[in-house]
Amino acid sequence: MRYLTDRKRAVGKGAAGTGTEHHWYMQVSAVGLALIVPTFIIIAGRALGSDHASVLETFSHPIPAILTALVLVLGLQHFRKGAQIMIEDYWHGTTKKAALIFTTVFSYGLTATGLFALAKIAL
Amino acid sequence: MADDTSGVRPLSPHLQIYRWQVPMLTSILTRITGNALIVSALLWVWWLLAAAASPEAFATADGFLTSWFGDLVMTLSVLGLWYHYLAGLRHLIYDAGRGLDIPTAEKLGWACIIGSVVLTVLTLIIV
Repeated sequence: MRYLTDRKRAVGKGAAGTGTEHHWYMQVSAVGLALIVPTFIIIAGRALGSDHASVLETFSHPIPAILTALVLVLGLQHFRKGAQIMIEDYWHGTTKKAALIFTTVFSYGLTATGLFALAKIAL
Repeated sequence: MADDTSGVRPLSPHLQIYRWQVPMLTSILTRITGNALIVSALLWVWWLLAAAASPEAFATADGFLTSWFGDLVMTLSVLGLWYHYLAGLRHLIYDAGRGLDIPTAEKLGWACIIGSVVLTVLTLIIV
């Protein structure tokens, strides 16, 4: 006798394996990013045209630094999960797995690099 | 049970059999802009890392990103970002079960296209 309910046995066996949690994550991160990205565009855009000292000055302030950290973490996780859907749509088998692993490694790597640079400037 | 169609299952979506239309075009653009923005993210992190590293490294990265080519890439990035932003909001509206009738969906599609251009021009003026 198995102690699993019918529902529990069915979980994760749909066409996409899982999906509800992924979709909800995309919705939550989309709303979160929608709140911070406009301000980030202005801060990052203004910093992009200025000299080195002003750039260091900008990102050593708390609000630009916190916003940048949030955009790096949330934005790249949003990318990772969004790219995952594209990969799953167009590729199967080993190609799909390799692309998913590459996307995941790349996203975390870029996040960590960005956070390191930010910490070095801000702290 | 073994899935004996596993090797021949169709990939989605079947772009070639659809007539081009605004909701379809704007949906595809959402995916393209979202994924293309990784290039912008990579360039921007390179620039930030260079700023953290040394004045010489910063001069190299900043020189590239503020060249005419860098300006072009960054302008397209801002356009892509605003487009993806508006299209993402549109998805949240769709996910709430609203705006799914064809006239509204087409209006929302045009709003994404025109809105992203307007917001990009505004951004370039402000920044």
